[in-house]
Amino acid sequence: MANLTLVQAINLALTQEMEDDERVILLGEDVGKNGGVFRATEGLHKRFGPGRVVDTPLAESGIIGTAIGLAMGGLRPVPEIQFEGFLGPAYDQICTHAARFRTRTRGALTVPLTIRVPVGGGIHAPELHSDSPESIYAHTPGLKVVMPASPYDAKGLLVSAIRDPDPVIFFEPKRIYRAFREEVPEDEYTVPIGSARVVAEGSDITMISWGASVIQCMNAVEAASASIELIDLRTIYPIDTPTIVESVKKTGRVVIVHEAPRTCGLGAELATQIMEHCFLHLEAPIQRVTGFDTVMPYYKLELEYLPDAQRIGEAVEQVAAY
Amino acid sequence: MTRPMRTMPTAPPKPRPADENLAAALGPEVLRSWLRDMLLIREFEVRTMQAYQNRQIGGFCHVYIGQEAVAVGCTAAVNRNDPIVTAYRDHGHALARGLEPRFAMAEMFGRIGGCAKGKGGSMHFFDVPNHMYGGHGIVGAQTPLGTGLAFATKYEDEVINGGSSSRVTLCFLGDGALNQGAFHEALNLASVLDIPVIFVVENNGYSMGTSITRGTSMGHDITTKAIGYGMESAVIEGMDVMDVYNGMKPMVDACRAASRPAFVEIRTYRFKGHSMSDPRKYRTKDEEAKFEAEDPIDKLADYMMSEHGLSEDEYKSLTKSVRTEVREAVKWAEQSPPPDLDELYTDVYVERWGPYLGTSPPPMMQERSERRP
Ligand SMILES: Cc1ncc(C[n+]2csc(CCOP(=O)(O)OP(=O)(O)O)c2C)c(N)n1
Ligand SMILES: [Mg+2]
Repeated sequence: MANLTLVQAINLALTQEMEDDERVILLGEDVGKNGGVFRATEGLHKRFGPGRVVDTPLAESGIIGTAIGLAMGGLRPVPEIQFEGFLGPAYDQICTHAARFRTRTRGALTVPLTIRVPVGGGIHAPELHSDSPESIYAHTPGLKVVMPASPYDAKGLLVSAIRDPDPVIFFEPKRIYRAFREEVPEDEYTVPIGSARVVAEGSDITMISWGASVIQCMNAVEAASASIELIDLRTIYPIDTPTIVESVKKTGRVVIVHEAPRTCGLGAELATQIMEHCFLHLEAPIQRVTGFDTVMPYYKLELEYLPDAQRIGEAVEQVAAY
Repeated sequence: MTRPMRTMPTAPPKPRPADENLAAALGPEVLRSWLRDMLLIREFEVRTMQAYQNRQIGGFCHVYIGQEAVAVGCTAAVNRNDPIVTAYRDHGHALARGLEPRFAMAEMFGRIGGCAKGKGGSMHFFDVPNHMYGGHGIVGAQTPLGTGLAFATKYEDEVINGGSSSRVTLCFLGDGALNQGAFHEALNLASVLDIPVIFVVENNGYSMGTSITRGTSMGHDITTKAIGYGMESAVIEGMDVMDVYNGMKPMVDACRAASRPAFVEIRTYRFKGHSMSDPRKYRTKDEEAKFEAEDPIDKLADYMMSEHGLSEDEYKSLTKSVRTEVREAVKWAEQSPPPDLDELYTDVYVERWGPYLGTSPPPMMQERSERRP
């Protein structure tokens, strides 16, 4: 066991998977000698050499397209994109190729690719460096989308993602890269993709979140007088519907919290699924606490944009009092 | 039948000395204004670094120290209504184009008085009245914008006004942007459509921690990129503003006259790290010292002293005046309020609808029209 931050847990998962499987190869801008903008790949270039930790030119479409080719050729590439905003140039390769090759080849090929991407706001950076585009990728059949909120889950989920036969977008909430430490086993373990985590059990309200917002939710749970069951989705797609349904059948009240803009955010999908499965159990309209339908603002307005304890608390009161 | 591969240059091309010293012919007043502009940019960046360290500036911040001669020499070689567009290391270009330092500083401080209402930050400066079209955070993504801006001026001149194309667009990019697909698409399009745009590569040798030869094929001679797109190219020494002007002016004139795109490599160096948190392990202290000895400001100051009798006192008063101007800018920025919460919903759409509150130009534009008739 080691007491690790989220970014260290990612580094450990990469190290161990590279040791176990020669087919695992890392690539990206400054991931080698420099160890990556957030230092997630620190030390790996030295350990595994430039042949397996590849510094690439500045070219996201090229990086992801090449990684897809590597995966089609039988390898397990783990490219890094420096910030979620730079997925733009790679979007074409991800959505028209990686996501569709299993279908397009009718099962002849697969793309075992894990794209690591720091995501979300809270570090005072401008737009393109603090966006939350997860639902765009969840809306793309063929992709799996993951976002851990703790060091333990980060390691376990990254191992699962690398071993997964399908393409996985692995979002890393950059706000909590180094926010806290947690015991992370050095021994092998996995956290399955598609399973949510019940962070806190409760009986009055179900609160669902993912990424860095989970931390805000934990604070809200502690502050609330109601008994809240907090679910960290961990995997954005496929959604762990059974865990959510079980909880909502018990509580009948739901608050969903996410950083991404409200309209067509994943919260909308969750609310619909809850309605489909738990309609007669609902005691109150589902509340969403989200970012706003606007471009992620810079700096001074950032904290207003992000769901905070106060907004979450108000939503809790509303569903409780309904 | 196979053909032998065309031989490509294996050594870096030498910047060709300009045929005429056009810059010298402009006379001391113009040169003095360039010196002031470079000093202003330098001082602005020094204060920017301080403010960043004091946590008055958030996010990421890329300063232009060392590259001042590029922005100043290039903007001097075009007309004020010729559009320019650049990447995220944009402070120098905006100031050289005439953005007042206070509006630039307030932008980075996240204040409503900023050139983008404090909602864009360091990487996203805009000064549309001065034909400065950003400040773009996605590396390489501004290159097709350069093509498009130039297409627009050509269209206006030729199609709408029935004349001939009269303006040139300068599209600045870093050496890292050479590796992006968008760059290649932009050059091809510009060439096929005879667009009057000059792609100005500020080759400072590094894209973050990756040196150009590690990241770019034919990195020792990037003008080879232009060959495939049928463009004229030039290599210009970027540590001397007079060299920059002398190299750029003929390229600009030719681009304007023929409505043909061109490619320019300007050799420069960023004295500081890529951003504010960069230990610079990828380069040596010797290399840094070598370029620091080539300081473009010292060069022009020395020239002015020896050729135009600029005295130490005059030089001091010049540095003092920019220091005052930038200090005032910081004060002004500190006093400008942060944007209201309402600002989350302004400037997303032109019209008011749903939660959106419509839009209005930055207060900067209002203030300017009050100050300048
Ligand atoms: C599409 C994209 N990928 C990556 C980045 C992160 N990034 C910002 S600047 C930079 C290096 C760019 O180098 P260069 O173009 O040479 O400009 P310079 O910093 O030298 O001015 C990188 C990789 C980005 N902003 N956009
Ligand atoms: Mg560069």
